[in-house]
Parts: sequence; structure tokens; C-alpha cells
Amino acid sequence: MSTTDVKTKKLTMIEGVREAMRLMLKENDDILILGEDVGKNGGVFRATEGLYEEFGEDRVIDTPLAESGIIGNSIGLAVNGFRPIVEIQFLGFIYPAFNQLMTHATRLRQRSMGRYTVPLVVRAPYGVGVRAPEIHSDSVEGLFTHMPGIKVVVPSNAYDAKGLLISSLEDPDPVLFLEPLRCYRSSRTEVPDEKYYIDIGKSSVLKTGEDISVFTWGAMVQDTLKAVKELEKTRNISCEVIDLRTLYPLDKNTISSSVQKTGRAAIVHEAPATGGVSNDVISLINDTSFLYLRAPIQRVTGFDTPVPVYSLEQEYLPSAAKIQAAIERAVDF
Amino acid sequence: MLDQFPIQQVIHQDGHITDEKYKEKISIDKTKDLYYKMLRARLLDKKCVNLQRQGRIGTYVPYEGQEAAQIGSACALDEGDWMFPTYRDHAATLTFGFSMRNLLLNWRGRYEGNVPPEGIHIFPPGIPIASQLLHATGAAWAEKKHGTDRVSLVYFGDGATSEGDFHEALNFGSVFDTPTIFFNQNNGYAISVPMEKQMKSKTIAQKGLGYNIPSVRIDGNDVFAVYFATQEAVERARAGNGPTLIEAVTWRYGAHTTADDASMYRDQKESEIRRQTTDPLLRIERFLKAQSAWEEAWINELESSIMSEIETALEEMESYPDHEFAHLFDHVYDQPTWTIQDQVNEHLAIKRRQTQ
Repeated sequence: MSTTDVKTKKLTMIEGVREAMRLMLKENDDILILGEDVGKNGGVFRATEGLYEEFGEDRVIDTPLAESGIIGNSIGLAVNGFRPIVEIQFLGFIYPAFNQLMTHATRLRQRSMGRYTVPLVVRAPYGVGVRAPEIHSDSVEGLFTHMPGIKVVVPSNAYDAKGLLISSLEDPDPVLFLEPLRCYRSSRTEVPDEKYYIDIGKSSVLKTGEDISVFTWGAMVQDTLKAVKELEKTRNISCEVIDLRTLYPLDKNTISSSVQKTGRAAIVHEAPATGGVSNDVISLINDTSFLYLRAPIQRVTGFDTPVPVYSLEQEYLPSAAKIQAAIERAVDF
Repeated sequence: MLDQFPIQQVIHQDGHITDEKYKEKISIDKTKDLYYKMLRARLLDKKCVNLQRQGRIGTYVPYEGQEAAQIGSACALDEGDWMFPTYRDHAATLTFGFSMRNLLLNWRGRYEGNVPPEGIHIFPPGIPIASQLLHATGAAWAEKKHGTDRVSLVYFGDGATSEGDFHEALNFGSVFDTPTIFFNQNNGYAISVPMEKQMKSKTIAQKGLGYNIPSVRIDGNDVFAVYFATQEAVERARAGNGPTLIEAVTWRYGAHTTADDASMYRDQKESEIRRQTTDPLLRIERFLKAQSAWEEAWINELESSIMSEIETALEEMESYPDHEFAHLFDHVYDQPTWTIQDQVNEHLAIKRRQTQ
């Protein structure tokens, strides 16, 4: 089929998420959606809008308000033939289910030597910058990349969201699918109507460049692109910007070959610095590309504080000025 | 609540049937079969405590005293049903078809010890307290969605009823009418903490009321009381009438684990008294004697065949091939991620260097 035959629609990211779920619910009867307010209400962000009407209450299930209960039951369903998609209303509310993920979902396969497996996708809106009440904006992907047995993905646009969610729903292992709140409706991208995959573990080079590789994900992708373009106007610096898209397992080849080309690297994320995924990117570069480096690797991150109340969230978020300063530090080193 | 949930008994501790209505439901053959299963479990448990003392297995969790609760309930399930044990429920898993060798391998620190025979649904033992109840409702919910009449049975202790997952599981089971038997073994202690410090509730059965779940309190040392109550719960679940909460009141004679000393928190004389009074095996012995069906030759034969089964399983366990280091990395994901693959290679390289 030539590319001109591919029918596309311009979708927001949340529409991309919904399209993937609709397509997969149609294709595979084993797929269920479970969560709080995902049924009649269509989800508090409308991610599941229309799916309850289309697929019925046996497949798009309003559950009791109990995160551990939702994920625990989904483990039982997954082991016994279903492929649940769990919506956790906000990532900041996933903590009651931490035990179910850490001690069961991620290790039943190993504990049972492959007898019991948990093909489970947990979707969770997350992130700073939408003036939400406390706890709603937590940005804590590092808690989950530290869990052996789960994969962690973060799309930043509709195209990636649809393809990544489809891949997640065909993955034999648990996947945490993070949905950056600021990206939900901030832009539209062309999305094919048909089924396609974005592979888990593959990053996306958004902009090629020669002097520095800037790695980021989620809502910081657009901020980073904007900051970089401004900087390139004022300084003669050519930046490569890479959206990691998968935080575990990281895209080793793309990250290392980019750094080996540019000789410099910066990582931008909104989660707290200590224990953040940036540290794994630095380790990867250290292990693969140390002798190519021409400057210390820069990090631009949130602080080692809780994600604050919304009146302080702009102070917390990595700003364009900070991203630019980090790039300049590396280039001017 | 004690009035509302009296402890139901079928066979009194002195061996007589408490109500004539049970008489026709209890055959000598069935009684002997249940006795055999309890004896098998008890002899294995005693052996395991010794094996731990000898350093032949790791920390061990004894269940001695709770055989009737575990075996009476396990016998009410059919093949195809799901069992969700804790780490103290291997009398139940053994009875439901788990192999004795694999059971011993579990205490030897092997993943094989979590793997049931093909076609038998037994989950790896739940370690974090009460967390397995939610898998039991989920798996039973799946059976309901598949349109089968299979059920799930999940074991948990008195302490587990303080956990949030207990309440979430009862609520999910209730809301979605899952075919689940919540089987509580109330042995009076959560490690060292007695029930009266664990809860104000006088019974565990009453906790089902809050979720509109039929609940019953039974003598957990009376294997027929357990068997009949579980059968009734299983029938209810198979008929599509949802979950049941069973509180089986029992007692563990020994410590929480071989690493625990029960005399630190309770008078172990209580266990000695109970061995002579409420013991689940003694009760059946008394019953069979009252029926003139206790034969020394039968019991001797039973003991020696069980001991030889245990010795065979032990030999198989001890001659089982050692873990290969690769097992550490197996089954973490369906396909190893590159980080794991790199770690395997590095680990191998160092090992090779050491052996050169």
C-alpha cells in the first residue's frame, strides 16, 4: 500500500489513546477496560468516551474506588485469559497499588517459571503543569523503571500514543503507559486510521543536530523543542532532540549513537533529580560512549521536593532558560 | 456477634456426631480418606521441621494443628478450580494435587516450588499478607466471564483481615458476584499478636456482613464441618450466587516459622492441652473408634506408606539438579531486555575468569 492510501485523521493525544483502545477492543475480545469512572462517564479526562456505549459494561467496567483492588483483580483476570487495560485516574493515586505491581504483576512470571503471566497495561495520566490539586501532578516514573518485570512507556503525541498503546496491548508483560497531562489536548498530529505499532524500546529522533544530544520525554518534549529552537537562533549551536518514548528498556542504540556523533548530552525531565531516569541515561552513555564525550552530561530536572501545589508548579518545572543554560554549559565547556 | 456466628461443628472433639442429620452424609470410607490426607500432611510437616533443624531446607512455616481446615476445604474443590494459598497452606496445596517434591523444593529456595502440575491451578504462595485475595476474585471473575462454573478459593489468616486488600477483595467479590470462597483460618495469632489486639470484632465471619456476603463460622479442627461448609460455599459460587466468607477457627501448635519462638508471646502449654483435646486427627481417631472402624493394621500401613512417599520425595528434592545461574535471569520478561542480557554476559565473563 502506498502512503497516499493511508487514511489519517488529525487527533489530539487523548484521542490517539482512545483510538488505540477502540481498535483493540474491536479486534480482541479478551481486552477489558477497568477503572474508576471509565464507563458511563468516559473517564475523568474522557479517554474512554463512547467505549462503554460501544462495547458494553462487561468490557468497559466501572470498578469500586480502590486502586489496589483494581490492579489486584486485573492480575487475576490477566492470569486467567484476559488482557486488562487499567486506568488509574492519576499516577499520584497509584501508590495503594504499588504492592500489587511490585510483588505480583511484575514477578508472577518469574515466580511461576512462566506458568502464570500478566499481560496487563496500566494507563496513568501524570505530570506537572495543568494547575491540578495537590498529588494529582506527581511525576514519578523512576519508581517504576526500578521495578524488574515491567516496561514503562511515555508517548508525547497522538501518533506515538496510538502506536505505543497497541504495542503495549500485544506485549506479553505488564506495561505502565504514562500519559502526560499537558500533552492530552495541546496539539494534533496526523494519525492513521489503521493499526500500526510503535515498538517498545524505540525512541524517536525529533530533530537532528551536530553539537549536543538532548534527551527528554512526555510533556517536556515540546518545552525542550521550543527552548532549543530559541537557542539555535541566538547561538550557533545545532541540537539533536530525542523523545525517548520508552523509559524501560531504554533505546541503547539511538542514545549511544547520537552521543557518539555529537559528543555532548543533556537530559530534561520534570521528575525529581535523585533516582530519576536521567541517571540511567547517564549510565548508559558512560558505559557506551565515555570516550566520545567532550563535556560533562547535563541534567535539567525537577527538584528533590514533592511536586508542589499548583501556584508553585512553574517554579518547579524545568524552564526554557534552564534547558538553554544546560546546553550552553555543555557546548562552552 | 458470637450469637449470630456460633462455631458450627459436625463431629465433637470427643468423637461423637453433633447432629443426627449429618450421619448419612459421613461414610467410613470418606472419613478414612480425610484422615489419611491429614496424616500425610502432618507427617510431612513434622519432617519439614526436622529438615530445617538439620539445615536441609531453609526457614520453614509449619501448619501442624491446621490440617482439618486446609484439607477439608481443599477436598471440596474440583479439578479446574483455582486455589490461592499463603505460605502456610501447603497441606491444602498438597491435597489439591501439588507434588510433594516441588513442595519440598519450595522450602529449598527453588522457583520450581511454586509451579503446580499442568492443569492444576494453584498460585505461588501469597507472601505479602492478604494481597492474594484480589487475585482470587480476579481469576474467579474471569471464570464467570468465560461462562464456566469454576470457582476460586483463597486462604488467609486472622491478621490478614486488617489489611486493605482483604476489604477490597470482599468488596470486589460482592459487587461483581465473583465465584470465590474466602477461606479464613483463624488460628488466633498473627505471628505474636493475638486476635483481641488485632481487632475489636469478636468474629471474622461478621466482617462479611459489611459486604453482604454470606458468612459462616466453623470449627476449623473439625474436618467434616470444614468440608461441608466449603462444599456449600462452592455450590453457591458455581450456581452464580457469588462469594462466601468462611471463618475456620483453629490453632497452630508451633511457632509462626522455624525462625520464631512462640514461647516469647504465649504459653505453649495451651498447644499441649489442645493436642489432647481439639486436635483434628485425634477427633477422627475417636470418631472411627466409636464406629469400631479404627484398625491398627490400617493405621500402621498408612503411616509406613506415607513415610516412604516422603522419603522418596525428599530424595528427589535432594538429587534435583542445582540451580543454574541463568535461572536468576529467566522469566523476568518473556524475552530478556538488553539490560538483563548485558548483565548476564558480564556475570558470565567474570565467572569464566574466576574458573580459568
